[in-house]
Amino acid sequence: MKLQRKSMLRASALGALVVSGALVLTACGSDDNTKNTDGTTKPSAAAAGDIKCDDAKGKLLASGSSAQKNAVELWVKNYMAACPGVEVNYKSSSSGEGIVAFNQGTVGFAGSDSALKPEQVEESKKICTGGQGINLPMVGGPVALGFNIAGVEKLNLDAATIANIFNDKIKKWDDEAIKKLNPGVTLPSTAIQAFHRSDDSGTTENVTKYLKAAAPDAWPHEAAKKWAAPGGQAASGSAGVAAQVKQVDGSIGYFELSFASSQGIKTVDLNTGAAAPVAATGENASKAIAAAKIAGTGSDLALKLDYTTKAEGAYPLVLVTYEVVCDKGNKAETLPTVKSFLNYTASDAGQKVLLENGYAPIPAEINAKVREAVSKLG
Amino acid sequence: MASTTPTQIDTAPPVSRSKGSTGRAGDKIFAALSKGSGILLLVIMASIAAFLTYRATIALSKNEGNFLTTFDWNASANPPVFGIAVLLFGTVVSSIIAMVIAVPIAVGIALFISHYAPRKLAAPLAYVVDLLAAVPSIIYGIWGALFLVPQLAGLNLWLDEYLGWTYVFDKTQIGVARSLFTVGILLAIMILPIVTSVSREVFLQVPRMNEEAALALGATRWEVIRISVLPFGRSGVISASMLGLGRALGETMAVATVLSPSFLISFHVLNPGGGTFAQNIAAKFDEANEFGRDALIASGLVLFLLTLLVNGAARLIIARRKDFSGANA
Repeated sequence: MKLQRKSMLRASALGALVVSGALVLTACGSDDNTKNTDGTTKPSAAAAGDIKCDDAKGKLLASGSSAQKNAVELWVKNYMAACPGVEVNYKSSSSGEGIVAFNQGTVGFAGSDSALKPEQVEESKKICTGGQGINLPMVGGPVALGFNIAGVEKLNLDAATIANIFNDKIKKWDDEAIKKLNPGVTLPSTAIQAFHRSDDSGTTENVTKYLKAAAPDAWPHEAAKKWAAPGGQAASGSAGVAAQVKQVDGSIGYFELSFASSQGIKTVDLNTGAAAPVAATGENASKAIAAAKIAGTGSDLALKLDYTTKAEGAYPLVLVTYEVVCDKGNKAETLPTVKSFLNYTASDAGQKVLLENGYAPIPAEINAKVREAVSKLG
Repeated sequence: MASTTPTQIDTAPPVSRSKGSTGRAGDKIFAALSKGSGILLLVIMASIAAFLTYRATIALSKNEGNFLTTFDWNASANPPVFGIAVLLFGTVVSSIIAMVIAVPIAVGIALFISHYAPRKLAAPLAYVVDLLAAVPSIIYGIWGALFLVPQLAGLNLWLDEYLGWTYVFDKTQIGVARSLFTVGILLAIMILPIVTSVSREVFLQVPRMNEEAALALGATRWEVIRISVLPFGRSGVISASMLGLGRALGETMAVATVLSPSFLISFHVLNPGGGTFAQNIAAKFDEANEFGRDALIASGLVLFLLTLLVNGAARLIIARRKDFSGANA
């Protein structure tokens, strides 16, 4: 009898373990946003013929920004299918970690949400013998402002109002400033709960860059990876912020568009001064990136985004992620693979993959320069 | 001849003659092995401490802020400014809340299992409580963020209304309950199993005679517990609590998921905000540059020292109480 009871308990313990194990696995899978809202995975656009493998061989390690994770994963899948025998391994960690790994010489290229800082370029000269680290804009994307207000389906905001909301100056949803931007919408007097990232993040940096550029009077804080404004609440990671916005009535928060579309969170249309408010979509983000100027010199294509663009249908709250490589002095064993892989990602086929997955392609004019820079890599 | 006899006795004690013995060589090997393991442990600990101290020194030498009093963590910036005041406060306060909630409940469960519950119920109940320890902390974090936080809205309003005069429970800031108080509740649940199971073991060790003597004097069950079980188990419960406190101080993922961190010290525990050492390390590590990581290591070293202090204090308390408890009866 006693034995039986013991084994039953053991079985139930095992069951509990299995359940918690399954939960852990689901938790790990929660940031997979490659699927569309209808639950199907779109077929990859690239036919194997578009990809030139050239002399690519062996294993290529890369690391960095998690913002471009889903895009890189699709590229890697298509690329490896076309070039058997080559293995590309992108570790999606964070921009900071990617650049540290790049400057230690352990990866072929790094993904980063922000261009290399001068001191990081200095450091890269040790790794790139005879050259230096350069930024190649490869993936664009809109940062969405997700909101959850009972009874409100559509919300238009301009940069100054957004700054005041996140700055704890506007405290209720029926504030005059918001009402003025949304004629005909009944706004409740719910308290605004603004959510930002609690971890240092490239997404935060891009949002604050936008607010600083588009609403300098309302946003006195420096643009940085670390959130600087008072008030509001914080959550960890884009997934964490999206989860809070989905859960809390009266909330607003920022995250990459894919988190909004995969969870059915409504997003703010930006009032940029154009004829009509602009929705957060991949196409609209591309239009805004087209207004960017190249800030880097030579092969370095670091972009200076125009956050104040009033172009029709341009969504200026965008994020551009770079691939960071050496212009000269790449490691001989990985150079052919880096060239061939980046050649593919910058190609028409490679950029088309982006639009199908909630990202924004790099506009043609800049993209042409990226291709040229890739072909010159040494 | 006379000189060899004592040697013979020394080398061949009767015990070593038993079947399967390896004789003196086995003794020597085992002694060397255990000595080696002991020394290895000390070497590992010393090298970890040396590494942490070395990296921490790099960070501290370049810190533009005051490490002890600065209310900010901007270690990857140029120049770096960071301080542990908020983290120390948050770590201590959330752990205190956890202990205040968990210890009485844990002692209650332990007493119920050891002295009140029918045997058929006691074993499964003990098992279920122990199972709580097997749940990974990220699961507690997800459960906390998605279930516990919204559920606590009502309790927070109630505490604010009736206990707001205490200052501590005065909720001055709107927002969901991503506060140190919520973290404390979550930590309390997480440390329940360790405190419960150690306390239960101790309560089961109470000499039968003590309890029977008390019963013979006409004590009720509660009086038995009060005059024989609790005094006997006191040092055990204290050490169990310290084990739990150790987990609460160092808990990372659950806190990082549930708390809305901010670099402000506030005794309004219902307001969102605050931070703990482990949570801050988890949040900042990813995007930190090499120097930023050194700064995080420095904060980790403080947590290490804090844990050492707590354990040391616990040892002192236990050593002092031992004389008065039944432990050496």
